[in-house]
Amino acid sequence: MSKPATNSEQKDSFDFIEIINGLGRYALNIIGELGAIAIFFFKGFLLIFSYPFQFKKIIQQVYFIGVKSFLIISLIGLFTGMVLGLQGYYTLVKFGSEGMLGAAVALSLIRELGPVLTALMVIGRAGSSIAAEIGIMRISEQIDALDTMDINPMRYLVSPRIAASIFVFPMLTAIFDVIGIIGGYLTGVVLLGVNSGIFFNRIYDSVVAKDITGGFLKSLAFALIVSTICCYQGYFTHMRPGGFGAKGVSLATTSAVVISCVLVLVVDYVLTSFLL
Amino acid sequence: MVKPFIEFRDVSKSFGKHQVLDKANLKIYEGEITAIIGKSGAGKSVLLKHIIGLLKPDSGQILIKGKPLSEFSKEEWRQFKRSLSYMFQSNALFDSLTVFENIALPLVERTNMPQSEIKKRVEFRIEQFELTEVSYKYPSQISGGMQKRVALARALVTEPTMILFDEPTTGLDPLRKNAVLNMIAHYQREIGFTGVMVSHDIPDVFFISNRVAIIENKKIAFQGTPLELEQSDNEVVWQFIHGQEALQDQLTGLESRKEVEATLKKEIDKVASGKGIFTVVLFTIDSLENIKNRVGYIAAQRIFQCLAMSLKMSLKGRGVAARFGVEDILLVLPGQDKSVATSIIDDIISDCSGQDLMDPRSYKKVCIDFSVKAGILEVREKMSFESILAEARNNQKLIAKMECKGARG
Repeated sequence: MSKPATNSEQKDSFDFIEIINGLGRYALNIIGELGAIAIFFFKGFLLIFSYPFQFKKIIQQVYFIGVKSFLIISLIGLFTGMVLGLQGYYTLVKFGSEGMLGAAVALSLIRELGPVLTALMVIGRAGSSIAAEIGIMRISEQIDALDTMDINPMRYLVSPRIAASIFVFPMLTAIFDVIGIIGGYLTGVVLLGVNSGIFFNRIYDSVVAKDITGGFLKSLAFALIVSTICCYQGYFTHMRPGGFGAKGVSLATTSAVVISCVLVLVVDYVLTSFLL
Repeated sequence: MVKPFIEFRDVSKSFGKHQVLDKANLKIYEGEITAIIGKSGAGKSVLLKHIIGLLKPDSGQILIKGKPLSEFSKEEWRQFKRSLSYMFQSNALFDSLTVFENIALPLVERTNMPQSEIKKRVEFRIEQFELTEVSYKYPSQISGGMQKRVALARALVTEPTMILFDEPTTGLDPLRKNAVLNMIAHYQREIGFTGVMVSHDIPDVFFISNRVAIIENKKIAFQGTPLELEQSDNEVVWQFIHGQEALQDQLTGLESRKEVEATLKKEIDKVASGKGIFTVVLFTIDSLENIKNRVGYIAAQRIFQCLAMSLKMSLKGRGVAARFGVEDILLVLPGQDKSVATSIIDDIISDCSGQDLMDPRSYKKVCIDFSVKAGILEVREKMSFESILAEARNNQKLIAKMECKGARG
């Protein structure tokens, strides 16, 4: 009778060790991957400054990541501002302080929603296509071809995208903020009748330089995160377990978007707590 | 002894548990085209990718002009890499760039050449490869053959000293294939680059290569000139070059050339030691090559097959016969004299004359006269292999003739 019991006991302890092993492996993998991403980022970032500068390619990427995102960013900004105006008014009017609406809309946009929503929208629009494009270049041996031609693929593909993101993210964020405030003005002042002078005066009073530099810093951080993660996922499509060819590219694109979004929100929290 | 340009010394490489190269040794000489042949998946491309550093060996060394690759400084490696071009099996053209931009890319990215100079060079290549009409199209908009030409143009535009070709002709029709091989041979002579080519196209690839290496069973089974290759009695080599011929001979029911050569050798030795006699018959189908070229491969094969089959039938196991070259069949009759040979020839004549080998009705426009000759030689004293063949050819008489009789259109 006792024999089976020992057996299952052994099995249990064996399973337990297996689980610990698995966890350890998983943790090591993640740490390894983070290290790889960090190295990837530094390489790509430093190569921005290598001579000769790739002005043309950076401009092309600015156009692709930035200019082409302008419309969608404006639209999202407008509606975010408008809904902030509505919700803010609804809440503030309960305390009889609807005069604070301008400050509420502007601060939440500049400090928080502007950088975060801009980053999320750019991930969806440009980040996914960066990952897919580089991923396809990888699986069709185009990256190897660059390498054999002694054209550094990191410099050729990754650096211009990181550089362009650094330019574009803060600018898009600024546009988002301004259009968002206009949206808040539309609902708050035009629709609900808050005094226009008070609306702008409150903004003028409450928004300080620190708020704007904070938002600016955030958008810079998001630019680095998004461009690095999306390029990295595409660049190492072929190293990904469980997916080859087109499947690999689709997985790479998915994880580029998911990981970027999660990281943007996590880093947003961390930065906010430091910047407060 | 000339020093090899590139040398593989005991290079081993595995992918996971799958070993691809096991202590492979290979020498590549400057200014020559080296063809690497082998079965699919034997590791030919892996070999190439080692040269350009896309893969690193697990063990062993790769020497470039006697210096191990692992000891190259960064600058030396860069210099070496810049002197190379690599033509990928899949072409690896940049699909978001036009044909022009694709060819220009190495110049734009690597040199400080002024725009006008780049344009001049690229346009020169575009003209050379007859790509003018497609120069502003994207790779996905042009045909496979054109893509290959773009890839070749891109490889040549930097004027490299060495080009690695990874199956440059795979997937092309025979005309384009010959055109690509021609192009490679032509530019090799003109520019004098060192070429390494992985290919399946046996024997076409032999015509343009100076050296051939066969990779088999994770090792380099043979390396040498195409001439050495042809005369090699290495089993692997035999299989590779005679794969196609062997199939043809199997279809005709004849023995392999090797078998007949062995029998002949044995008989020569026997006669030399004063025992017995043997007879050889050399059949020649006149203008079979001509028929093959002008009428068609199948027509020629049918004629050959008919002769071979009736020969085989009347032979009844008394001797062995094999195809020697395109038009000849050599028959060896051990221990037999002339009379047996004569009776066999008579059998063949009566057998073949009843068949319409080249029916004027089906070959109206291209009907070509042909004839079959046979030469008998009875060997009673020691003779060399070559003199037996020459003597037999000397004795050849006409045994059958096929005429088109005015069927020519």
